[in-house]
Amino acid sequence: MSARRIYLDNAATTRMDEQVLEAMKPYFFDIYAVATSEFAYTQGIEAREALDEAREGLARFLNANPEEFIFTSGSTESSNIALKGVALALGNKKGKHIIVSKIEDFPVLHSARALEREGFTITYLDVDSEGLVNIDRLKDHISDETILVSIQHANQEIGTVQDIAGIGRVCREKNVLFHTDATHTFTRLPIDVEKVPVDLITVSAHTIHGPKGVGGLYIRKGTQIAKWMDGGFQEFNLRAGLENISGAIGFAKAVELVTPTENEWLRTMRDRAIDRILAEIPDTTLNGHRTRRLPQNVNITFHFIEGESITLHLDMHGFAVSTGSACFSRSLEGSHVIYGIGGDHERAHGSIRITLGRYNTMEEVDAVVQTLAEVTQELRNISPLGKESR
Amino acid sequence: MKFPYSDTVLEHFRHPRNVGKIDNADGKATEGSPACGDMVSVYIKVDPDKNILSDIKFESYGCASNIATGSIITELAKGKTLDEAKRITWKDASQALGGLPKIKAHCSVLAVEGLRSAIENYEERHGLVKERKPTTVETVRNRLKKVMNPISGLDLVRTNMVRDIGIQDGNVRVVVDLPANHQFAAAIKEEIKEKIETLWDVKQLVIEFTE
Repeated sequence: MSARRIYLDNAATTRMDEQVLEAMKPYFFDIYAVATSEFAYTQGIEAREALDEAREGLARFLNANPEEFIFTSGSTESSNIALKGVALALGNKKGKHIIVSKIEDFPVLHSARALEREGFTITYLDVDSEGLVNIDRLKDHISDETILVSIQHANQEIGTVQDIAGIGRVCREKNVLFHTDATHTFTRLPIDVEKVPVDLITVSAHTIHGPKGVGGLYIRKGTQIAKWMDGGFQEFNLRAGLENISGAIGFAKAVELVTPTENEWLRTMRDRAIDRILAEIPDTTLNGHRTRRLPQNVNITFHFIEGESITLHLDMHGFAVSTGSACFSRSLEGSHVIYGIGGDHERAHGSIRITLGRYNTMEEVDAVVQTLAEVTQELRNISPLGKESR
Repeated sequence: MKFPYSDTVLEHFRHPRNVGKIDNADGKATEGSPACGDMVSVYIKVDPDKNILSDIKFESYGCASNIATGSIITELAKGKTLDEAKRITWKDASQALGGLPKIKAHCSVLAVEGLRSAIENYEERHGLVKERKPTTVETVRNRLKKVMNPISGLDLVRTNMVRDIGIQDGNVRVVVDLPANHQFAAAIKEEIKEKIETLWDVKQLVIEFTE
């Protein structure tokens, strides 16, 4: 087994940056008090100030007011609050219809399904073969009963970036709330709430070299949303629970550390990986849109072979990647995203996702392409399929 | 670092034995389907004097357990008599591999079935089929377990898509819970035909789809 391990699954989670840890440290050992009001003791006031500052930093990135940003335990919780909170607030007042795309990540998709069991009607909107939502079709589905549209900013598997400005305008026009899951785009692509009419945004720290267990939800001022986690009055009385101050500090630091240069570099590495694989390895198909795409995402189907076999071989060579194959998942179900873009089981079966991060290099990109070429050749030699075309 | 696979499984996965096709094979079979889940093809050469498997090869479109089981099964079967080879079970293969994860049973059982089917294919071609049991609903259901639902990659029975099976005087009727105009309806129909029509006492097969 190879000693060097190259991590290429940054959409799943990322290695934390040391500078994030350094920023967090004081909040474990010195300023560990609960964030108190300004009339309490010094430690608590310091904690409060630190939390406020972290919140300001995150809100600033979205061009929002700090009171519009709450901290959560991560993007799963944020999306749960968005869907269930709106459903609780408006379900009996306005209507029980919610629209989501078919290829949403599980927090949105399964929250929608949970609401469906409670009597809500959910429209699971189709996407095209590249993963894009058709805005006209979305418009047709919005009725007087519709209370929320939840469409992700970019897809977790195939990286396709939706036109959230266009979607937001339609929702605004129809007077429907719009939530977007920006777990994978936050800091990688700009999002300005002054320009984009979006009411709720899910974000997370662990996808950008921040700590796990902390995320956030942007809630536009005036949005009707119910408190879902009951307890104390934290987070503007919208999300109870002791504040995770070290986590919030780490999140703010992680956001601060992302630069446009880094995003450009990720895009360069992504393009190199995609171009080389499609050009050098036969019988490959790119999944997702070629240009409207996350800067860090590569997703390609290698026909005639199965994804778990590919990932296992890659792992033996030291590379960590992911696949949409049913064999890889604990549930033995293939990727709902690949099915959503009209792909069949075969397309999902051989799909490989490579997601890049701060610690990847061009040498690693070249190395994984080289190894993929060898491994896929080996597996195709074993495969009964595709011999005619070669 | 700990994989759910034994060292033997990983060894066979990395260096599968007896890979490939046999030209002019005496018997061959493919289990699974390209449109759906894993798939294994098995090719055999038979020494008719000794009634043994003189050569065996396999191909796999599948995950690690599928490849490893295909590999070990060729080693276990080579040189065995047809009857001995037919008696090789998934358990035997799993034991020889030092154990397989339970959840992967359905991917690895394909190779065992592939071997058995290749031998049956040889026997059918050479008029060696001994016992002819009448086809029952259970026989049909078992065969339908090998027809994959391309939407999920799981078989029709497991995904509750078989609404009804009827048998009368060699006429078999299968009702599939899928609209007739579904994109996979035609492929599924073809696969069902392939699995059921070869049964010796089936005269006519009707496949119906629900709305």
